[in-house]
Amino acid sequence: MAAPTDSRLIELHALQLDDARALLEHDAKSSRQEAGESPTAYLQRVLDGLCELSLKDPLTGLGNRRHFRSVLERSIEAVARSGDSVLLLLLDIDHFKTINDTHGHLAGDQVLQSIAGCLAGCVRPMDTVARYGGEEFAVILPNCRPLFGRAVAERIRQTVESLPIAVAPLLSVQVTLSIGGAYAPEWVRSTADLWLERADQQLYRAKFEGRNRISLEQPQELSVSAEEKGLLFGQLGLDEAAATGMASDVSHDAQGNVTNRVNA
Amino acid sequence: MNDVLSPPAGNRETPPIPLKPLGKVLAVTSGKGGVGKTFVSANLAAALAKRGHKVLVLDADLGLANLDVVLNLYPKITLHDVFTGKAKLEEAILQAPGGFSVLLAGSGMVEYSRLTPEVRNEFLRIVSGLVPHYDVVLLDTGAGISDVVLFAVSLASEVLMVATPEPTSLTDAYATIKVLVGQQQRQTVRVIVNQAVRPGAGQAITNQLQQVLDRFVVTEPGHPVRLIHMGDIPLDPEVRQAVMRRQLLMQTTPGCPAGVAIAQLACKLEHNVIPCPA
Repeated sequence: MAAPTDSRLIELHALQLDDARALLEHDAKSSRQEAGESPTAYLQRVLDGLCELSLKDPLTGLGNRRHFRSVLERSIEAVARSGDSVLLLLLDIDHFKTINDTHGHLAGDQVLQSIAGCLAGCVRPMDTVARYGGEEFAVILPNCRPLFGRAVAERIRQTVESLPIAVAPLLSVQVTLSIGGAYAPEWVRSTADLWLERADQQLYRAKFEGRNRISLEQPQELSVSAEEKGLLFGQLGLDEAAATGMASDVSHDAQGNVTNRVNA
Repeated sequence: MNDVLSPPAGNRETPPIPLKPLGKVLAVTSGKGGVGKTFVSANLAAALAKRGHKVLVLDADLGLANLDVVLNLYPKITLHDVFTGKAKLEEAILQAPGGFSVLLAGSGMVEYSRLTPEVRNEFLRIVSGLVPHYDVVLLDTGAGISDVVLFAVSLASEVLMVATPEPTSLTDAYATIKVLVGQQQRQTVRVIVNQAVRPGAGQAITNQLQQVLDRFVVTEPGHPVRLIHMGDIPLDPEVRQAVMRRQLLMQTTPGCPAGVAIAQLACKLEHNVIPCPA
């Protein structure tokens, strides 16, 4: 049996921490063990730093897709428990490719960074802003009533629209956003994928309807129209009436005959 | 800008009880009241128990629970005591005559008939707590489309929609299915037609419902709604007899037409719905 102390002690010197340290330093975080800091506390700090890095988009400093995904999944569970109103917005920069093609990729990066800063400034600290894809961003707004949701989306749209972005000395560009949004389903059954899909459909709609606009999912019409009612039991009603008419014959007739006659 | 990133480390919250798996939770629901939902739940549970399954029926009709009336059971400890923290979950579970377990709502649940976060949490905790101990958990939900009913249904992996051939029952079943599809993105609803007056009635009704749904309910591409006709329970005087005596049909006259139909339903459920024990 090995001495228990062997497995419990961490030999910091035996660990290959150079890469981890370099990553943290690159993100402007201290990676050296401080005087008096225990090996466990130090290692915890390094791990926490790495976790944070793994959730961040390096270009914009926003949450990355991984972070977004975990918040989305946590939200859907929280909503099932609380019944809260949580809005997911997907935002896509209109004609982003043109900027890259005209002004170069560095200008494109500059635009992404400016938009990221602008989005972060438009929402509350409790909201989550993430870079979802190339020029696509996502915002998760907990505790967000329908009217408020539209107002936030509109504020984001307007702020971005009127934001000059300097991409080179003496050259600034302006971009617009298309925004699609859907509320978290209040029910346990649903999944993050379905929620995302619904928001994505709205984004597609905003694009399709001419860009630089917002499309939020409307609650579905769930009442039953007269037309539906008519179709529902129009035919059945006749069948049933026929069957009931025959049901009174059952006393005289064998059950098999009834079936035959109804089917005939 | 760092504000927007919720700190990934540091504030380590304990993860909530996972919502899944609720794979063997079946919701028995109906659009209209009085179509025999509780009768079906209780007798189906007895039929499944007879086939060797460990079954529990949860009285999820918080406002107007009447599983106790159907089973003629009036225990001291009920779901209400679990909700209020006066009793543990296992203390409220009792054996019903048909060889299955029940968790009865008990009086006083009316105050929980609104879907507050508290009710949601308790419901989730209770159902998640039950699932590991049973092969099947049947949720006998209320009728209609109230928040509590929809929430209870959303916990289930499968929905059994009970309807009778009457136009009002069909319309309400249709309306409920429409809500389940529209709000919960449910793709499959299983239909049981109770008090069927002729063979083939249930299949005709299911087809009709399906046709109207296909025409009026817009689903997202790749998520069509499918109704599955599970079976008919014929109109049978024995049912009324059993109900009036407050006994289970599956105990008094399992050989009557309605009893045979319920046994067949259980068999079909076993083959199509209930996951095989691992």
